[in-house]
Order: sequence, then C-alpha cells, then structure tokens
Amino acid sequence: MIEFVEGPLLYISVAVFFFGLIARAIMYIRGLSQNLERIAYRPQLGRGLVGAFASIFKWLIPGGTHGWRRQPFMTLVFFLFHIGAILLPFFLLGHTVVLQYYFGFSLPALPSYLADILAIAAIVGLLGLASRRLFVPEARALTTSHDWLILALTAAPFITGVVARFCGGESYETWMLAHIIAAEIFLIAAPFTKLSHIVLYFLSRAQIGMDFAIKRGGHQRGSAFPW
Amino acid sequence: MPEGNFCKRAPITTEEALKHLLTDKGGAQYYKEMESLEVDQAQLWEDLQKTCKSRTRTWLDICAHCGMCADSCFLYTANNKDPKQIPSYKLQHTLGEMIRRKGKVDTAFMMHAMDVAWSQCTCCNRCAVYCPHGIDTGVMNSYMRGILYKHGYTPWEMKIGSGMHRVYHAQMDVTEDDFVDTCEWRIEEIEEIWPGIEIPVEKENADIMYVINAREAKHYPEDIDDAAILFHIAGENWTVPREGWENTSLAMFAGDWEACADNVKRIYAAVERLKPKAVVGTECGHAHRATVVEGPYWAGREDGTPPVRFMHYVEWVAEALRSGKLKIDPAKKLKQKVTLQDACNYVRGNGLSKYTREIMTYIADDFIEMTTPGDHNYCCGGGGGFNGIGKYRAQRNIALKPKLDQINATGADFVVAPCHNCWDAIRDMKEVYEKDAHSLEWSFLKPLLIKMVIIPDHIEHNPD
Repeated sequence: MIEFVEGPLLYISVAVFFFGLIARAIMYIRGLSQNLERIAYRPQLGRGLVGAFASIFKWLIPGGTHGWRRQPFMTLVFFLFHIGAILLPFFLLGHTVVLQYYFGFSLPALPSYLADILAIAAIVGLLGLASRRLFVPEARALTTSHDWLILALTAAPFITGVVARFCGGESYETWMLAHIIAAEIFLIAAPFTKLSHIVLYFLSRAQIGMDFAIKRGGHQRGSAFPW
Repeated sequence: MPEGNFCKRAPITTEEALKHLLTDKGGAQYYKEMESLEVDQAQLWEDLQKTCKSRTRTWLDICAHCGMCADSCFLYTANNKDPKQIPSYKLQHTLGEMIRRKGKVDTAFMMHAMDVAWSQCTCCNRCAVYCPHGIDTGVMNSYMRGILYKHGYTPWEMKIGSGMHRVYHAQMDVTEDDFVDTCEWRIEEIEEIWPGIEIPVEKENADIMYVINAREAKHYPEDIDDAAILFHIAGENWTVPREGWENTSLAMFAGDWEACADNVKRIYAAVERLKPKAVVGTECGHAHRATVVEGPYWAGREDGTPPVRFMHYVEWVAEALRSGKLKIDPAKKLKQKVTLQDACNYVRGNGLSKYTREIMTYIADDFIEMTTPGDHNYCCGGGGGFNGIGKYRAQRNIALKPKLDQINATGADFVVAPCHNCWDAIRDMKEVYEKDAHSLEWSFLKPLLIKMVIIPDHIEHNPD
C-alpha cells in the first residue's frame, strides 16, 4: 500500500493532473468560435491579447478590481488561501525534496517559518471560504454538495500536512501517508471537477478580456477595460 | 406535439401571420397554447451540442458558486435579494440544467426558462464585470433566448417584434415608403421655420448616413425633425437611406438571430449603395449594439468591424461640440442639477461613456454622476425588451426601482437619457412611482441641444 502510494500512484496522479489540465486547456481553446461567440479573436489578436492579460492580472491583485473591492472579506480569505495553495506545492522544502527525488529537478525552498505561515494562512482562508458558504446568504443559496466536496478535497492535503508538521509525533508517518493520499486524490480529481479552474480561470478570464477589448469598445476605451 | 393557432415554433414571416397573431390581444391565448407546446427534445439537444461550446460550457462548469455576482445584479437587489435572482442561480437552473439533462426537459421547464430569460435578466452584462472567472451571465442569457426562441418559447411581443423585422424590415409596421413619406411631410412641417432645411433621402457620397429607430417615424416624428435641424445647423452633408434606415433590432431581444442578420445586412447594404463617410445612429442603446457591436458578426464580417465608421448619436454630438459645428449658448445651458442615464449597450457594451461626459460639460452647469457610472452603469430597469412585455409588467415595474433610487440619490431632478429604452423606463418610473418621481424631468439630447444651440448667422430661422 505505502509503496504504491509513494511510488506509481504518485507518478500517475501527477500525470493525470498535468496532462488532464493540458487537455482541458486545449479543448477549451479548440472549442472557441469566432462565429458562436461573435468575437474576432484572430483578426484582432493584438488588441485582444492586451485585453486578455489585463483581465487576468487585475484579478490576481488583491483589491485590484471593482469586484474585489466590493467584497473585502471574500478578497481576504480568497488570497489567504490561494497564495499558499499556489506556492506551497512547489516551494515547501519537503516538496522540493520530493520533486528532486522523483522528478529530477529542484526548486528553491521557502524558509520553513514562511512555509508554516502560508500553510496556516491557507487553512484560515479555507475556513473563511467555508464560512461564506454557511453564512453569506448569496453564497449559501448557490452552494451544492459538489462545492463542499471540492472544498474538502482541497482542505485535506493542507490539514493533513499541517498536522503532520506540528503535531505528528509518533503518528507522523500516518499523517504523512494521509497527506500524500489526499494530495494524490486532489491531483487526480482536478481535471474532472471545478478544480479545473486551476487552468480554466486563466483561459476564461483571457476570453472575456478579449471580448471586451475586441468587441465591446476596446478601441474606444484606449486602455483595457476597467475591471 | 401540437402547435396552437397562435403559438407556433416557426418565426412570423408573413404580414398575414403577423396580423393574425396581433388579434390575440396581449397573447392570452398564445401563452395558453404554449402550455401544450411539446419540447422537441432531440432537436434541443442537437442545438445545444452544436452551439453551446467551450466558452459557455466552461462558464457553467467552473462557476464557483461564490455569489460575488449577486450584488452586481440590479434585479437581485430590486427583488429583496431573492436568491433566485442571483445571476449564477438564474442560468445554472435553466440553461445549465437543460444541458445536464441533455435536452430532456418538459414544457413547464421551458416556460420557466422563458420567464427567467425575459423577466429576470436584461442582458445588461454588469455581472460579467464582477465575476472573478469572467462569467458573463448576460451573454449566456441572450444565448438561451436564442434557444428558447427557436423552440417556440418566447414572449408574445418578442415573437411579434422579430416578425415585424421579418415582414416590414423594421420593429414596427413602418415600410420603406412610409419612412420616405414621413421624411417628406416632416420637412413640409418645419421648412417654414428653417428655410432650406432638407432630409436628403438616398443621397450618395454624403458625409453622414443617418439611421433611426422605427418608432421615431411612427410615434415621435419630432425626433426626426430635431435630427434634421441639428444636422442643418451643424452644416452636415447627410442623408437617410430608403432601405436600411431601421437601426433597432427587437429580433436581438427575441433571440431571432436570422432576423438580426437580415436587419444589419440591410443597413450595411445601404452603406455600400450610398457610400457615406460615416453612419450615425439615433439615441438608442440596443440599436448600437445590434448594428455596431454584434452586427458585423451577424453580417459575416471577418474582422468584426462595420464596413464604415459607425457612430452612436452621442459620439456625433460630442464631436460636433468639440469641433464647434454646434455651439452652445452658455446662458441657455441647463442650470438645475442634472444627472445622466447611459445605455448599458453603448457604455459597457462599447466604451462610449467618455463622450456623454464630454457632452455634459457643454450642456449642463451642475452635472452630477449617479453612483456606479460609466462602464459599471446600472440598467434603467427596462432594457433587453423588458419594457415591452406585458406578461412581465409587474416584474419590470419592480426593476425600475434601483435606477429611480440612484437618480433620487443624486438630488437631480433632470435626467439626460440618450436611449429610447432608458427614456421609456424613466417615463414609466414617473407613472409607477408617482410619489418618488413626480418632479423628475428627463430628455433625449436632441431637444435639449436645439433649445441651447447658437444658430449661425447664415442659417435662416423664423421662430413661430
């Protein structure tokens, strides 16, 4: 069991994650249509790309858009979670060791105190996101069991990882194994669930950015749409 | 799958069918028959597979159900934050469900989707600006209207409206001859006051080809006078086409894409025929969207742009004021507090908010913005066809409230509204919310400009 989880399944899950998400991205782009969306993607590519990048990056900045500024709590918990979620899988010391050992490349590691802070912040962020689903009426009205499943799939690697790190003690091995399994489930689920937003966020934002830049007055505004 | 006497799947294509449908006052029988109009599920699924591709599917799939779109929707706030009015909810439970069930939905489902499509979303696209994933519920709703229209589940007035376009080439029964007649008799009306004034029909190589909203010809011909007078004062070399003068598109509100394409192709054909340097469209939001924003694609133009420069009326006015073609008498500027209602379709939809603000600097001494101006503008409450559908009058009336509140919050009692739909919505606010809106005045730009423009010496003018 342990051998499988720390061996073949690790490779399989990483492969499913990467190739699955790449496939989703390719399918997304291939499914775009100038005629159906009524957007001249190709003929107006230059203007479109400027709009696409602005549309992506403004939303990556806390408070960078009207939408974020309207919702300070959402902004706070969203970024608390996502900063850790993006940095830790690659730059946590333990992960860089795994990457080196299994995949043969090394990345610089975060200082452990910073990694600890990011991990705890991410869990706080997740709790915040969950609390929105419970207590913010509009989020609550929309939330389905699938959303809770996604949240659980996401939380599991963080919680198991943090427990192993801080209160593992004798049960360290067990929590570590749980952490690895949780992470592998997450990786495998990503391309087939709403977790696919890991890549589709960028494509969807690029698309709407192109829409506003090419068709909905980009040439009149002179600069990118004021998201 | 029975079709009724009035409620049929196919579009209205003949005058006879149109007149027949009009005899069913308010569509009472039409809606009754719709209740037994069976869903062609196989066709529905085929249509969805063919036209609902990765962009829209992804919007439906990755929606995080975070609810950030809720507050952006004026219908959500207007309806006491009813969860069913959250943009995401509206489309997830209609179009989303239609796809999840692979088209296996019943008549009641489709009629519910119709209610959502035409009474819970005006396609103002404001939610798109507030969604982290860039999901545009307005665009999806418009797409769903197209699906519903094709399958026969469309409000009575929308069926008639798109039928009008198919039969009369205009949103109302105004034929090409009627239009030319109107231009002629309007000139007879005003040429004593403005000697030498013209409405040149079908003149080639003019600087401007002017296109209108059919209801100006039918119900508000003074608007055509005003346009002619302002072009006359500004010294423009202009014309109107005999065919292709109708800039609006109820077909777009209806989701009748074929009729949309026909309408815009007629306008572009007039451009080809008359070779104007530019086209100016009247004060109408959705017409601008139909002809300038969506139109190029419906007409099959690869680069997504119209065949010649197309200007909304506000662009022409801003340019005329800037260049001095129109000069305003400072003494006649609006003195009271004034606010501005832009049409979503030309601000969020086409980035023209800077022009209306420029215009306000010329015509108003005390201009005050509403909250959320420009690209973040709220719908007037009557957009997307909402004003015109009897079945949804009560819902429309509720929808007027956020804009009325915004207007009242400015403290202004005068609203400049360069859009027919917004203009109507404000008129109806006065009627529906008599107490809150009784002192409200509102106007298109044209009549305001005529009152305050300086008439150059070389223009003869015999005021009555």
